[in-house]
Amino acid sequence: MADYTSSELLTINAARLLRDGDRVFVGVGLPNLACNLARRTHAPNLLMIYEAGVIGAQPKRLPLSIGDPTLVSGALSVCSMYDIFAFYLQRGNVDVGFMGGAQIDRFGNINATVIGDYDHPKVRLPGSGGSMEIAAWANRCYLLTPHTKRRFPEKLDFRTSAGFLRGRAERQAANLRGGGMLAVVTDLGLMEPDDSGELVLTALHPGVAVEQACENTGWDLKVAKELQVTEAPKAEELRILRQDLDPSGIYLKGSA
Amino acid sequence: MSKVIPLAQAVQQFVRDGDLVYAAGFTHLIPFGVGHEIIRQRKHDLILARATPDLIYDQMVAAGCARKVIFSYMGNPGVGSLRLVRSEIEAGRLEWEEYSHFGMISRLQAGATGLPFMPMNPTAAGDLERVNSNYRTVKDPYSGGDVVVVPALKPDVAVVHVQRADADGNAHIWGIIGEQKEAAFAAARVILTAEEIVDEAIIRSDPNRTLIPGFIVDAVCQVPYCAHPSYTQGYYDRDNNFYLKWDEISSNRETTQSYLDEWVYGVCDRSEYWQKLGTEAHKRLMVASQTSAPVDYGKY
Repeated sequence: MADYTSSELLTINAARLLRDGDRVFVGVGLPNLACNLARRTHAPNLLMIYEAGVIGAQPKRLPLSIGDPTLVSGALSVCSMYDIFAFYLQRGNVDVGFMGGAQIDRFGNINATVIGDYDHPKVRLPGSGGSMEIAAWANRCYLLTPHTKRRFPEKLDFRTSAGFLRGRAERQAANLRGGGMLAVVTDLGLMEPDDSGELVLTALHPGVAVEQACENTGWDLKVAKELQVTEAPKAEELRILRQDLDPSGIYLKGSA
Repeated sequence: MSKVIPLAQAVQQFVRDGDLVYAAGFTHLIPFGVGHEIIRQRKHDLILARATPDLIYDQMVAAGCARKVIFSYMGNPGVGSLRLVRSEIEAGRLEWEEYSHFGMISRLQAGATGLPFMPMNPTAAGDLERVNSNYRTVKDPYSGGDVVVVPALKPDVAVVHVQRADADGNAHIWGIIGEQKEAAFAAARVILTAEEIVDEAIIRSDPNRTLIPGFIVDAVCQVPYCAHPSYTQGYYDRDNNFYLKWDEISSNRETTQSYLDEWVYGVCDRSEYWQKLGTEAHKRLMVASQTSAPVDYGKY
């Protein structure tokens, strides 16, 4: 048994994707923790931007929502909702966007809208929020998710936001400014797009077998020739998460 | 000229059955006190527009005020599903019209600035544009490329809560400023509620903080704690416990109805609601002071 939870595994691997100086459009929960972990390790100059209109937040407590007052006090700037989407995101001032969603397909397209028919929904999900624009305009998009067949279906019920559409060429032709879905971090490993834009298994976490990843993916998952093994969470990363960032284990205790 | 009137009178006078209502506030300053007054006055057939319907529209939909919702993110922020709006939509009992956040806010921006529509760069996702014919793609007349456009949103009435305003409705807002200004300028009528009504001199001492000028405001109501369980930056905290608790309350019709009976129909106004919350809640939501450095406008 590993001595870390799957939520910790996801958060730590997400933090490692972030670079010093990145301007990150952050969500609540694990992405928020990943950004704070990166800031305390290898990316002290990472800038956190929240879609509620907060730039350079330094939250003193864990925010439950992306509009928490702790994000405002001590921030660099606060602007309107129109400004955050127009001046920051559409203008190309966001490096990284963290995505969420119920379904993701092999080309990194996401459904956050509906299960079943749109007009007669079986399950109505919250909808786009900012994800339609983040997916199109952030330089790099990442997604953290448990690795299950339900999350990775062969076909989406609804395409809320664009990954590589039906392949990298189609995204290029659509002339979107951002680079698209560049990594999906799961509790089993890492998926990254190949030349065609298809998500392939590029790394496994320690102790995970290739078959587990394939069995839990709804499409015929390709495996990279040089499959890597991610470095196990380090003691220091776990200490920062557990002692400083989420001492009550609100987000990190359970499985992702 | 003073526009200060009691909230009940403002709702009676300025919210009409069938109106398109925009109760502003991105997580911050959500005017729950006004939502509850609209429920008490049993307004109906409203079209409720908000980027995030939040608990305020969940409650108004549960109370039967709405025939339609317009939104861009229908969740309980940080908690999960917005159960009542969701179940009404799934049951086919509530009309809806849906955008992304940028689409929604661009509609308001067009309404607020007197434009017929607003352009946005394409996102190529496609499906939302396919199911909502308000999204159109047109040619940029300069480059020949595509831009996506959405039409102006012009609410019949906007409801905006602020930290402080003078009697004429000149309003100071700070913290997350979401879409209050846009909603107020886009709407035909504006109800402004404030934690504090202050002297005009206070407003004039810091004119850059005035996001809403009094001349577009119809009614000014002093409603302390209007935003609970949302919050007012610097005045009281967001009641995250209640947002979590609402997930249970709204999980069935009986508990939802008894919540409305006790906390909306069962109190006469916001002041009684706040007293009823009790000292434990008041203490929990108190916030310590952290003031900004003063700015010097200079004497000219």
